[in-house]
Amino acid sequence: MKGTSTILVVLALLALVPVLTTSNVVLNFLVTTLLIALVGQGWNLLGGYGGQYSFGHAAFFGTGAYVTAILQMRYGVNAWLGFVLAIAAGALVGAIIGAMSFRSGLRGSYFALVTLAFAEVLRIIASVAPITGAGVGTLIKLDLRPEAFQFQSRVPFYFIALALVAASLIIVRMIEDSRFGAYLVAVRENEDAARALGVDVNAVKLAAMTVSAAITAAAGGFYAQYFLFVDSGIAYGPWISVEALLAPIIGGVGTVFGPLLGALVVKTLGELAKLVTGDAPGLDLVIYGGVLVLVVAFAPRGIAGLIADARRLVRRFHDKATMERGNG
Amino acid sequence: MFTPVILVPAVLNGLMTGAVYALIALGLTLIYGVLHIINFAHGALLTAAMFAAFFAHKLLGFDPYMAAIGLSPLFFLIGYGLQRYVIGPAAHGEDRNILLVTLGLAVVIENALLYAFRADTRTINLPYAFDVVEIGTAFIAVSRVIAFATVIAVALLLWILMRFTRTGKAIRAVAKEKLGAELSGIDVAHIYAVTFGIGTACLAIAACLLLPTYYVNPHAGNAFVLVAFTIVVLGGMGSVAGALLGGLFVGVVESLSGLYLGESLGQIGIFVMFILVLLFRPSGLFGARA
Repeated sequence: MKGTSTILVVLALLALVPVLTTSNVVLNFLVTTLLIALVGQGWNLLGGYGGQYSFGHAAFFGTGAYVTAILQMRYGVNAWLGFVLAIAAGALVGAIIGAMSFRSGLRGSYFALVTLAFAEVLRIIASVAPITGAGVGTLIKLDLRPEAFQFQSRVPFYFIALALVAASLIIVRMIEDSRFGAYLVAVRENEDAARALGVDVNAVKLAAMTVSAAITAAAGGFYAQYFLFVDSGIAYGPWISVEALLAPIIGGVGTVFGPLLGALVVKTLGELAKLVTGDAPGLDLVIYGGVLVLVVAFAPRGIAGLIADARRLVRRFHDKATMERGNG
Repeated sequence: MFTPVILVPAVLNGLMTGAVYALIALGLTLIYGVLHIINFAHGALLTAAMFAAFFAHKLLGFDPYMAAIGLSPLFFLIGYGLQRYVIGPAAHGEDRNILLVTLGLAVVIENALLYAFRADTRTINLPYAFDVVEIGTAFIAVSRVIAFATVIAVALLLWILMRFTRTGKAIRAVAKEKLGAELSGIDVAHIYAVTFGIGTACLAIAACLLLPTYYVNPHAGNAFVLVAFTIVVLGGMGSVAGALLGGLFVGVVESLSGLYLGESLGQIGIFVMFILVLLFRPSGLFGARA
């Protein structure tokens, strides 16, 4: 499979980080970056490959986070099992929202609107329902055992986050190569033409949305275990929907590595903003929004696109040089 | 429970609130009708207008109703500039890009306000804030009556503009047939920006109508815009009459459900209505089937 070697090299490099440093600041930064990369990869599958821009991926992230936390705290379910069930729950929510929206033929702006509305409904319900702890939120009890998906050090968390991102990279890479992936891109490029050629458009979109939601829910479940706290603003808040689309669009929408690259850039910018202004609320998001507009305006294919352009330039320059040498 | 003594004021109050909703929805639907984009920055721009009206009162001592006279041209220019120099060029004519750019703008505006003014909630005190007039058996706040009258006046003005001026004709031409309009020598980029400007100016007026009785904080606009989205979808995307009727209808529904179900359910009710309409009647209750 083409591109596998790149994936392996990147993962190997990232896996070396804990050998070089065990600084909590660095690891914390990287864990949250990987988390956004994971959320972004979920969005990328549906938005980047399928062209269905969701403004409400918080619906899946939040479901993953809440199901992980609630199953443990209210029903005594093992944390790992809870995490797996949370992914399933996220996929289910994705399938339900997807089935309703696609059956009604919602596309483009309408799809963005309806996903946004679903995420907000879930947020409001979570902020009043007793099972979620309503306004107080749900706290996961400290239990620092690997069986409970909790660790003394951040290193195991880092490796788990890395493994999740690795899995998402491989899944998306495999989909890219599959017939399903080709259908998905066909739907993005021209839905009516794809349908005319016999692609079951709604089934393809629904499948993409389900997998997309599952990946995003995994990030939510991991978030709950890592921070041990979930409330409605964190889980279903609009911030996560924005970061979910920010990472792939900045990194390169519809590319395997886009979300990871974009998450690195977004989180670095966020940290820089914090350095400059202290912890003033709002400024990091001002920068995110500005970068989003700038990227759409000047680099619509994101960093991945810029890299591809740079490579082509270098190659052209190189070819020219060899040709001139040959002539001389 | 259902006696006219309770029902009539509730319906009247709903109509008055609904008028302001309608004005916000009017801006949204106008932009959609001509540019065929959903402006996700609408809420943030409304919040910005509310802050502008707040500071016009606080620092310069302008009454909000007077401030509307100055703020609506200012916001027209802001809207014009945003569409002409930011959204238009950045989108490269792709619908998906427009979604992202307006979302990006919304995030920037909302958080710049949060950064500058913090999450504090601000209100202004006006001597006439609690004045009421008697309509039949009902007592209605003066500010609501003024809001209702202003919205009707603005809607009439817009109708005249659209029907009888050259610019209005050009806007209608671009909305109907963009390419044809361009071939007839209409500057489409200019008309797009004018339309966006008018939509934004509606927000400035709405903000000034809201301020005497409503508070302002960096997220204040969002609640209204969600309602406006619902109205626009309900009334049929791009339909001006739909926005007006839809606005009044939603205002009354909200007022009555607040009366019988309690406040907290009101917000969810609007969301649920919104999703149901999107799913089952995306072309709107008044609109033609798409």
